[in-house]
Amino acid sequence: MATYALRVNGQDANVTIDDPSTPLLYVLEENFLLNGPRFGCGLAQCGSCTVLLDGKPIRSCVTPVSSADGHSVTSLEGLRALDNLPNPHALHPIQEAFVREQAMQCGICVSGPILYGYAFVRDNANPTRAEIEKALTNIICRCCAHSRMIDAIQSYAKEKSR
Amino acid sequence: MKPKNPVKLEGAGPLPEKALEALNHLEPSRREFLKTAGVMMIGFGLGAATVDAQNPLNPSGNVDPAQLDNWVAVAADGSITVFAGKCEIGTGMRTLQQQLAAEELSVRMESITLVLCRTGVTPNQGYTAGSFSTWTQFGAGGLRAALDTARDALYQLASAWLGVDVSRLVLKDGVFSVSGDPVSRVSYGELVQGHRFNLPVNRTAVPNDPSTWKFLGKSVPRVDIPAKTKGTFEYVQKVRVPGMLHGRVVRPPSLGAHVRNIDNSVLNGLAGNPQMVQVNDFVGVVADTQWHAIKGATALASGITWSSGDTLPAQADLYTYMTQLRSRDSFAVNTGDVDQVMATAAKTLSAQYLYPYQMHGSLGSSCAVVDVRGGTGDNASVRAWSATQSVYDVRTYLSTLLTIPARNIEVIQVEGTGCYGGNGADPVTFDAALLSQAVGRPVRLQYSRSDEMTGGEHYGHAVVSNEKVGLDANGNVIAWDYEGVVGMHGEGPLANGIGGVPGPGNFIPGALAGFPTSQVAVTATPANPVGGAFWNFGNTVPPYVSGTIGGANLGTGTVASQRSLTRIVESPLWTSYLRSPDHIQHTWAHESFVDEIAASLKVDPVEYRLRHLSDPRLINLINAVVQKANWETRPSPGFGGPFRRPGSGRGFSCVLYSGFDGYSATVAEVIVDVETGNITVTKVTTGIDTGAVINPDGLRNQMEGQVIQGISRALYEEVKFDRAASKVTSNDWRSYPVLKFGDPLPEMVTILINNLNAPVTGAGEVTITTIASAIGNAIYDATGVRMRQIPLSAENFLAAKAAHKV
Repeated sequence: MATYALRVNGQDANVTIDDPSTPLLYVLEENFLLNGPRFGCGLAQCGSCTVLLDGKPIRSCVTPVSSADGHSVTSLEGLRALDNLPNPHALHPIQEAFVREQAMQCGICVSGPILYGYAFVRDNANPTRAEIEKALTNIICRCCAHSRMIDAIQSYAKEKSR
Repeated sequence: MKPKNPVKLEGAGPLPEKALEALNHLEPSRREFLKTAGVMMIGFGLGAATVDAQNPLNPSGNVDPAQLDNWVAVAADGSITVFAGKCEIGTGMRTLQQQLAAEELSVRMESITLVLCRTGVTPNQGYTAGSFSTWTQFGAGGLRAALDTARDALYQLASAWLGVDVSRLVLKDGVFSVSGDPVSRVSYGELVQGHRFNLPVNRTAVPNDPSTWKFLGKSVPRVDIPAKTKGTFEYVQKVRVPGMLHGRVVRPPSLGAHVRNIDNSVLNGLAGNPQMVQVNDFVGVVADTQWHAIKGATALASGITWSSGDTLPAQADLYTYMTQLRSRDSFAVNTGDVDQVMATAAKTLSAQYLYPYQMHGSLGSSCAVVDVRGGTGDNASVRAWSATQSVYDVRTYLSTLLTIPARNIEVIQVEGTGCYGGNGADPVTFDAALLSQAVGRPVRLQYSRSDEMTGGEHYGHAVVSNEKVGLDANGNVIAWDYEGVVGMHGEGPLANGIGGVPGPGNFIPGALAGFPTSQVAVTATPANPVGGAFWNFGNTVPPYVSGTIGGANLGTGTVASQRSLTRIVESPLWTSYLRSPDHIQHTWAHESFVDEIAASLKVDPVEYRLRHLSDPRLINLINAVVQKANWETRPSPGFGGPFRRPGSGRGFSCVLYSGFDGYSATVAEVIVDVETGNITVTKVTTGIDTGAVINPDGLRNQMEGQVIQGISRALYEEVKFDRAASKVTSNDWRSYPVLKFGDPLPEMVTILINNLNAPVTGAGEVTITTIASAIGNAIYDATGVRMRQIPLSAENFLAAKAAHKV
């Protein structure tokens, strides 16, 4: 048993877990009751479990909870809080862009495209479509809404740079 | 205002508490409304009111789709609850049904609460599958007819209330007024007051005129997308029930292996109190958390001795193996003169096309939460949260699987991962039910990636297609002979198709638990097509024949002498329906073959198709698509044609899905590196005619997704299996590659034919049906190499190129 100090979507919390190798995803689902990160493969092959660890996208299905100790974890739910935007329950501008472009079908994969897209646009102003596609490499959307997702990320980037 | 002729209401009573509990996924305000809504019987002389109308909210009962009250309830405040049986599975069906309800009832979309897919609550509309949901809901037996029945009843009520003829009523936002009378008004809420219609659904009720549409025909944004984007949406993977445990299954390491021995002492001392569950060859572990269940399952797997598995064919021999098996045969068309006419042909052509097993490959692993109480028998009960496409069918299977009466079982559809057909949603529900029944607690079970791809997956059919035509001296087809050999095993809910009876044993978990699996029932002679009914499910009949059955021409083409034989054989792998089931396989063959015929005659492939088509809507769509794609009329291959780069080309394909359910025509453009075999799809222009367009942006979203998924399935996807190990080896995204971000994406152009007066048909599987064949034809146009086997991989291209040179 060990207790880990996590900052999850802006809230500090301690969580006690018996096995330090427990993947962070399961802790976020079962202890923090988050719906944003979703189990897809457990192998870091698809991206549906993506969260930001200190602002950097990681695959929570293969990240042990112990390695998140003392760090900040942001899921889709907390993206607005991360940017210190008011009304944390509203959509973040990149999420608004996904709604505007109707950029999904089943939507189960969107943690990957949204959070990788968010981090890439934060670090790279005015990206081209090709650069966005590359930044999303090894993310899978099985409903195949790729083009609309890239449109949404580009639309967000344009809005942000304005 | 006071009613001129008040409707007399009798026999009030609140909805039962259990019914309200069943609606606990509705927002609280709506729940409160339903609690206070009275249930009364009214009759006002619109046809025969039935005596025993069902309570519209009747958990664990049956919900009769013939009764209007089982579809529509109007509260005193005018808010409306609509109950329907076509699920949201990521395609936009919830939004579409909400548009439909608002339109036919002339109310704002927000005033409608739409309750979907819950046994005892919503009408039994079978599976949400086959690209049939839109067609069903807009047809005589679907939601639209119920809504129009309610609308007509409300008009009658308003006419009585206001004391004017129906022709003078003006309806807007759920309020009737009288033309030329500024005072007289009455709302739906005042008219109905939460009482019942007590009417049968009028199947001949007339839909609203499309020219007056306010919600239908508009790009209404999907109602579910904001919560999915925010991350708060409750997928079935996120259903949390008090006292819930987590499960994990342990599947046999090879197909058909049986448990010899289990040493479950390997679980001793592990954290999370892991418990083993075994029912014959079904084995699983239940523990307090997901991680503990995973660790328990890993440990338990090491404690099990299994027998050796089934003997599989070698992957390379699969198609030969299939054609040598005894088969279940049927004709979709057979004019009886094909051999005779073929003998008179100036020339005959034949070719064989191959389509592999492919998988649904759902992104989020399948999951269900099932709560079985009381063990088994009449006193036991079940509540299942499932991403199934049919709550009622799953209820039937659970009843057999668990030996619990169906009336004690409630199945609640909760949206899961995109399924594209019969993915793991039903199997994982059965797995979770077996675990829950054994431990007496609610169990959440989510498959591992390997379970998803090999342990609960029923693959799309492998198909061998044999095409043959006879041509006259002018090169026109005078006889078309087709034979499709389709591998099937188990088939889930579609076991009727192999001559079986659907039951738990037709799904992997049920078979493991010892229930019988239907085998393909071999026929002595092929079954004949049913007279007068042209049922081209699977598109086994090519577009270019007349589809003549019982004297009627029901196909899209002109070729009079025709035979289409389907031979179903026992597949070594589990199968069921995968998006565009069989349609994509048979269309791959037909649309590649017609291209081969045109090329052999040095005729433009579109012009050659048009020569043999009769259906004006298909012809119109083809013309619209080729014009938009700047199609240059010339034969293939087109070296030096409009695509000047070496190795670039364009290909065409078209279909009328299932023979009635939506037209698709597609032009694909490719670049092929003839040395490496690397194939890139650069542009796809695709058009659709599904009758009146219900939601243009939603339709385009469906088409775009099908173009990309169609490219993935055409270029990358093939389920691999290992003969020596008796198992499928495609068990993750490396061993079953699909199109990912970073892979080339084509430019996409979508064309919608808005055919306002044609019946509304499906769109979920129509476009994808033409993608593989359009790409294959483009590859031929670019290189002169005819690929006859999916996937259109570099390896298969180089093999086809080598064969071509011989």
